[in-house]
Amino acid sequence: MDENVPFDEMYASDGSVREPYRVLKQWIEEQPERALTLMQSDAEGLFRKLGITFAVYGSDEGNEKLIPFDVIPRIISAAEWRRLSKGIEQRVRALNAFLYDIYHRQEIIKAGRVPEKLIVNNAAFCPQMMGLNPAKNVYAHIIGVDIVRVGPDEFYVLEDNLRTPSGVSYMLEDREAMMQLAPDLFQRSRVAPVETYPENLRRTLQSVAPDGSGSNPNIAVLTPGIYNSAYFEHSFLADQMGAHLCEGPDLFVEGGKVYMRTTTGPERVDVIYRRIDDEYIDPLTFNPDSLLGVPGLFNAYRAGNVTLVNAPGTGIADDKAVYTYVPAIIEFYLGEKAILNNVPTYNCTDEDQRAWVLENIGDLVVKEVHGSGGYGMLVGPTSTKAQQAEFKKKIEARPDNYIVQPTLALSTCPTYVQSGIAPRHVDLRPYVLVGDEVRITPGGLTRVALKKGSLVVNSSQGGGTKDTWVLED
Amino acid sequence: MLGRTAQNLFWLSRYVERAENMARLLEVGYRMSLTSHREGGESEHLISMMQAAEVDEAFEATGKVATVDTVAQFMVFDETNPSSVKACLFAARTNARSVRTAITSDMWESLNSAWLEFSQIKPRDVRGAKLLGLLQWIKQRSHEFRGALLGTILRDEGFAFSQAGNFVERADNTARILDMKYFVLLPRADLVGGDLDIQQWTLILRAASAHRSYRHFYRDRYQPEKIADFLILRHQMPRSLAHCSRMLGQTLDSLAELYGRRVDCHDAVAELCAMVEGTNMEKIFRRGLHEFLTEFIARNNRVTECLSESYNFY
Repeated sequence: MDENVPFDEMYASDGSVREPYRVLKQWIEEQPERALTLMQSDAEGLFRKLGITFAVYGSDEGNEKLIPFDVIPRIISAAEWRRLSKGIEQRVRALNAFLYDIYHRQEIIKAGRVPEKLIVNNAAFCPQMMGLNPAKNVYAHIIGVDIVRVGPDEFYVLEDNLRTPSGVSYMLEDREAMMQLAPDLFQRSRVAPVETYPENLRRTLQSVAPDGSGSNPNIAVLTPGIYNSAYFEHSFLADQMGAHLCEGPDLFVEGGKVYMRTTTGPERVDVIYRRIDDEYIDPLTFNPDSLLGVPGLFNAYRAGNVTLVNAPGTGIADDKAVYTYVPAIIEFYLGEKAILNNVPTYNCTDEDQRAWVLENIGDLVVKEVHGSGGYGMLVGPTSTKAQQAEFKKKIEARPDNYIVQPTLALSTCPTYVQSGIAPRHVDLRPYVLVGDEVRITPGGLTRVALKKGSLVVNSSQGGGTKDTWVLED
Repeated sequence: MLGRTAQNLFWLSRYVERAENMARLLEVGYRMSLTSHREGGESEHLISMMQAAEVDEAFEATGKVATVDTVAQFMVFDETNPSSVKACLFAARTNARSVRTAITSDMWESLNSAWLEFSQIKPRDVRGAKLLGLLQWIKQRSHEFRGALLGTILRDEGFAFSQAGNFVERADNTARILDMKYFVLLPRADLVGGDLDIQQWTLILRAASAHRSYRHFYRDRYQPEKIADFLILRHQMPRSLAHCSRMLGQTLDSLAELYGRRVDCHDAVAELCAMVEGTNMEKIFRRGLHEFLTEFIARNNRVTECLSESYNFY
């Protein structure tokens, strides 16, 4: 296989169509001229009408934007999915066990498998969580695992998102749009449903309600409000689950219990799916300047009177520096080899590795340890000399603040662009729910870098999304 | 239901209704100005229309001379005018976004597409003949939203709060339209029958979409007492004070039933209804139409205040 041509999801290296895409290929060929162009513009109208928008911070074009939707789905075979979901389940079990351990006896540190310094000096470590027992010992209930593919059987986990992963509403709305746009295509394929997600989310949240909250606990989605970039998703999920959509001022704590202000007075809240970062959830425990949170919330949580989803402090397990240790974490808690690989990662605090990194920076990807959303990163092969020089300086100044990985040839998937259908790089974010059991929705969010050759798929950097199909046997 | 959600629903409906009413008022002001042949008549009519909408001072602050164009720009597109159609639609949509979970997707889509289409309209393209078309469009979008609401929303407390907003706002508006030209509705022998008056009455009726239903109801020519009677005391007229206050009363009763208790706003709405029940126009005229309308508007505002307190709006 040519080293320079990335793996394509639809076409094998000999140009033949890969089996999962056979029906799609045929369908595309049957479409009359301009049909896809029309579909593409219909899709945009549909999304705008539904108000599926996000905000880009610092953008002048008003604060609501659409994430571009591509009409060509990304398809995963049943066998591929089985392996992926096994690997994902293994990972989230291990990470939850890790979180329990880190906030209790820290056996993994004592065993010397993870350096103490990496944990206790880490900004994502939350000392307030020490010794606290969350319901069912689950810390990360809602997880998005970022996966990339570089070959037929080669998948890598790029990142675990254990804080408040977003994008699941796009998974659902992309499917809805696709079914409206190409119903005949669904008739001819056996696509596993993703519409079960809201029901499973509700089940998951119910299953971790505090003891004594009854068979139908009161669930609230806590949002920073309509100006947050992911507000659409917050309202969408609350709506789909039949949960209350609350902002900080709608809730208050009294006697260690959380209540919401209703038209008929206070009403007890049992589970809070919070879409506010740790730092802002409770000004009495965390950032005192926060106006978004609920004063006293953390104490109510500590007292076991409310469940926070996800738990505060889960960031210690998806920190980019801790990421390197995930295979060791899996082995330590489960006694198993990791099913899904990590991307090899260079440690810049090691002198030899750093020297090598600085020498080869033009071929590498550099990420800030606490960065996200595609900000604060360098993609070597598409960067300028000046950018490379800037990052070299940054790494030398604070080697512990960066991780460095080889530039992966992310797989491509045919995508509808101005010039017609062309391959564009994609990644994959499946969504996992952890409560009384682990539930993985067959599918996920496929993000696509719409710019030719670009490897950055983030929506804030010009990425789009695709409906993601998992085929059933 | 969250107190904030109830509040958002209440104001969401109020703002949609207000956008419609601003379009109605502007239409009347525009038509009046077209038929004025006196020097300065155009701006006089427009200013009295803006007084009724309580935006005359804000307009004055812009330093512009009141012409059809400047007033239309101000009432439709000016974001600094909190009652402009644009400001109302924006506020309605913002309220709707805050309570996406409490409204149906049909309601949201109706409002969102109205906003998106409105945003595409260039103010400078709306001149002369185009203005009436735009005002008609605004009314239609308001009807569409109300239709989506009535056809799809759960008949629970959320419905009650949005209905309350709708009728509070509409009652307020009808009272203001009447007050705008109350002097032409006063039974005065020396004025009756003049062509100009007839024209103005017609416009008042038209602002309430009542110029034809009046004929069906009374089978008569336009008479000031009857016009006032129609818009104030007749339950059959859906924009009358009697109808709005009765609907408001029923709506609040449904909340009392749902929550199992009566609160301050129930007394406030009873007082509002009492103003238009068991009375007649003769009594109202004797007391003074302007005074009557002023008191009605104040009592109507009182209902909103009590509602906010009773149901934890914040």
